[in-house]
Amino acid sequence: MGKHHVKMTVNGSAVEALAEPRMLLIHFLREQLNLTGPHIGCDTSHCGACTVDLDGKSVKSCTLFVAQADGAEIRTIEGMAGPGGSLHVLQEMFREHHGLQCGFCTPGMITRAYRLLQENPDPSEEEIRFGISGNLCRCTGYQNIVKAIRAAADQINAAKEAAE
Amino acid sequence: MIPGSFEYHRPQTVDEAVGLLAQHGDDARVVAGGHSLIPMMKLRMAVLDHLIDLQAIDGLSGVSDNGDSLVIGAMTTQNELIADPVLAAKCPIIAETALQIADPQVRYCGTIGGNVANGDPGNDMPALMQALDAAYVAQGPDGTREIAARSFYEAAYFTELGENEIITAVRVPTPAAGHGYAYEKQKRKIGDYATAAAAVLLTMSAGTCAWAAIALTNVGDTPLYAEDATAALVGSSVDKAAVDRAVALAEGLTNPAADARGPADYRTKLAGIMVRRAIARALERAA
Repeated sequence: MGKHHVKMTVNGSAVEALAEPRMLLIHFLREQLNLTGPHIGCDTSHCGACTVDLDGKSVKSCTLFVAQADGAEIRTIEGMAGPGGSLHVLQEMFREHHGLQCGFCTPGMITRAYRLLQENPDPSEEEIRFGISGNLCRCTGYQNIVKAIRAAADQINAAKEAAE
Repeated sequence: MIPGSFEYHRPQTVDEAVGLLAQHGDDARVVAGGHSLIPMMKLRMAVLDHLIDLQAIDGLSGVSDNGDSLVIGAMTTQNELIADPVLAAKCPIIAETALQIADPQVRYCGTIGGNVANGDPGNDMPALMQALDAAYVAQGPDGTREIAARSFYEAAYFTELGENEIITAVRVPTPAAGHGYAYEKQKRKIGDYATAAAAVLLTMSAGTCAWAAIALTNVGDTPLYAEDATAALVGSSVDKAAVDRAVALAEGLTNPAADARGPADYRTKLAGIMVRRAIARALERAA
């Protein structure tokens, strides 16, 4: 049961590695690529702290083997900021609206919110709550997370309008 | 939690996948979305030497409308079911049900084929497929056959599927235009399996129920097609007496486990309430 040769694109960079097929994607990202933004929370696909964007889908990287991700394009929280470290508007709005307290769920929340806004650029509060229902936060009560995502949607939409 | 070691295969065709299953027998499992199997592997409740990933096989995803039936590729994800325009127009109860499964991340991965093949009585699609009288298309070393959803489930995690067979598609007879439908699911929280759930479909003709189907989720070892409850509706005006009879017959069919979701008699009564609510909503929607 040898190692598997995997190739993928992570945050825009090509990555090649040898990995045991049974290695979970979250362990590969954290331990082999040193991307420690995605967190291991529950390790049972409930909490969403390990959420990453994979081929345009939000996935829980604790419930995916690295071999299954061979060939995939992956984005983690480390890939959200712009070149030079300028924060993504979602990151800005989480800061502005106190969308985090301890911060443990935040990388998963923002990565999930990113995909949600890609699919639904103008979500209602209810749609945001349903859209992040796979991400648990034990600090905020969600109120400010929802506000931050809604504010990010407004900013992105206003920037789009201004550009048109 | 780290699963045991295994060899990973990514076949390009169903024949190749079936060949791998035949070669490795009990030591191999196929994986689709993986959100039932991988947690079990992490707990080492599922131990296998060969994991056969179906993701690279062309032609296993998407919905095609064959007129009298809708054919759904086994690798179609719950998220794709929710977004599919053909299903929205012809059989909207599938999206209504898919939206009540797990959470967004799981629905991006979880597939209809995995959901129906696994044999977990907590899964939602099996009862719905029984209500729709769907058939599962299974491919094995000896060719392809169809297995009716209503006779597929033997016990929890035991099904009619042969160990060298793979479900490649689900064939759903297209419900009549103007049919009413509802999937009612009571759960403790988003992401949970049903405490009890019911799928109801019906058609009305001049105030009389012309056709119906009722099936139940997670109140027995298998999904339950409620044949007698269905018969109590057909030919009635779906008045209170007929609904009461259907609810009582559906409750009588249940044999739920007592677990963290509640005592058995509570879940039986809840199944009755799900049936009652689903009938009411299906009736509202019927043309």
